[in-house]
Amino acid sequence: MLIKRPPDIPVSQITDEAQYWNRREFLKSAGFGVAAVCLIPPGTARLGGDDERLTPYEDVTGYNNYYEFGTDKDDPARHAGRLRIRPWKVEVAGEVKRPAMYDLDQLLKPFTPVERVYRLRCVEAWSMVVPWLGIPLAQIIDRLEPTTKAKYVEFTTLYDPEQMPGQRRDILQWPYVEGLRMDEARHPLTLMVTGLYGKPLPNQNGAPLRLIVPWKYGFKGGKSIVRIRFTEQQPRTTWNIAAPNEYGFYANVNPEVDHPRWSQARERRVGELFKRKTLMFNGYADQVASLYSGMDLRKNF
Amino acid sequence: MSRAAVITRVVKPVLYLAATLPLAWLLFALLTGRVMGDQVKFMQHVTGDTVLTCLMLTLAITPLRRLTGWNEIIRIRRLIGLTAFWYACLHLTTYLVFDQSLSLMEIAKDIAKHPWVLVGFAGFLCLVPLAITSTTGWVRRLGGKRWQRLHRLVYVAATAGVLHYFWLVKKDVYWPLMYGLILLLLLSSRVWLARERRTRRAPLPGDEEAKPAA
Repeated sequence: MLIKRPPDIPVSQITDEAQYWNRREFLKSAGFGVAAVCLIPPGTARLGGDDERLTPYEDVTGYNNYYEFGTDKDDPARHAGRLRIRPWKVEVAGEVKRPAMYDLDQLLKPFTPVERVYRLRCVEAWSMVVPWLGIPLAQIIDRLEPTTKAKYVEFTTLYDPEQMPGQRRDILQWPYVEGLRMDEARHPLTLMVTGLYGKPLPNQNGAPLRLIVPWKYGFKGGKSIVRIRFTEQQPRTTWNIAAPNEYGFYANVNPEVDHPRWSQARERRVGELFKRKTLMFNGYADQVASLYSGMDLRKNF
Repeated sequence: MSRAAVITRVVKPVLYLAATLPLAWLLFALLTGRVMGDQVKFMQHVTGDTVLTCLMLTLAITPLRRLTGWNEIIRIRRLIGLTAFWYACLHLTTYLVFDQSLSLMEIAKDIAKHPWVLVGFAGFLCLVPLAITSTTGWVRRLGGKRWQRLHRLVYVAATAGVLHYFWLVKKDVYWPLMYGLILLLLLSSRVWLARERRTRRAPLPGDEEAKPAA
């Protein structure tokens, strides 16, 4: 269920309490709103109103959809502790100059993570505001040098039922696969995430490496990525395979295109009681709408 | 103490207390900051689960009575049924207030457009006449037979409730399926009991016609 229980995570992952309270005090004194605005790098995402406070750390790390660890929202926090995130290998495959198996730390070494505060809109009509730490995917892609044939990128999550108990049930087709069109992947808002709230990414949030595409529904952001494959064909993605009429390849946040079973017009921001209006492209229309000009977003949902 | 006395003096007070537990837990969890994420969804899950559980329990009374011959348990059915009704009221209220901000237009649109909302709403509407006619006065006014017929609506309400749950989950249908199987068992046991009665003809100790039993 949704109740907080002591999370089963290694001691190394638990924030030092003094540091934790410091952060809370800082955020409180600075005002959540001000803090959120300060953290936004210039020229990227701009949050709508002054009511866009950061979602508390406890909610960001205690209320997760990560079916590899179970389908309840508190399952990931309870079960993800057993996931070993080092050493971690990432395979780079497909239409790329040098297909290779990388050690994650080697792969990320040339880059400096940046902090980005993004809205996260789940397809289930709830949302959060999260200060992510990550590397713009475009930078990583440039380094990997895909060939001219690369039209899409596919991200595959780890498959290991030993570490991921949720994979012992056939809820979805494992391993979890997500994908983006190349221009979406290269968009400056698209982030390969390695942390949140200034700390290493907790396992339940997709450690050690996950994708965040802030104008798309949350499920587009593959977690615990072990393979990045460049393809000429559109990748077959997990939720789309599971229910093609409910989850499209694009999955752009769109208040005008409802999920067949529920409305997408409004959402509940975690921490609030009443729903608020969902924004087109999750509020990032100015930055991303041009990617889809001329496309029928009802068909390409 | 006779069995009837045990029911009124012990079982019922305990059940009254038990009926408040989900609500107490809900308030406690919310007020002490134990609920991560979407708090309204939490309210809806707790109340919704309570409604379904209570409906299953009311539906279990008749088969249990027939199988054990312990007729006195009929006396706790109204209490359980009304608990289902009150939690259904809470469940619906969270939807009307928090999900739809009491906007009649939005509510009408949502009900018309989304089958699981429609089915849930229909299930609730079925429970209303049952709650109203749950008093002894109404049983007398309607007469046992008619009262019984009306209260078969609970079959519809429970089925609607399970369907409502089944329809709303994203992918993992484990719990809706569990409720569905229990409901199937409880409903089919009635068919079986009816057939049993017809073949045996001999009246069983729960067959007095005046007593409402469904």
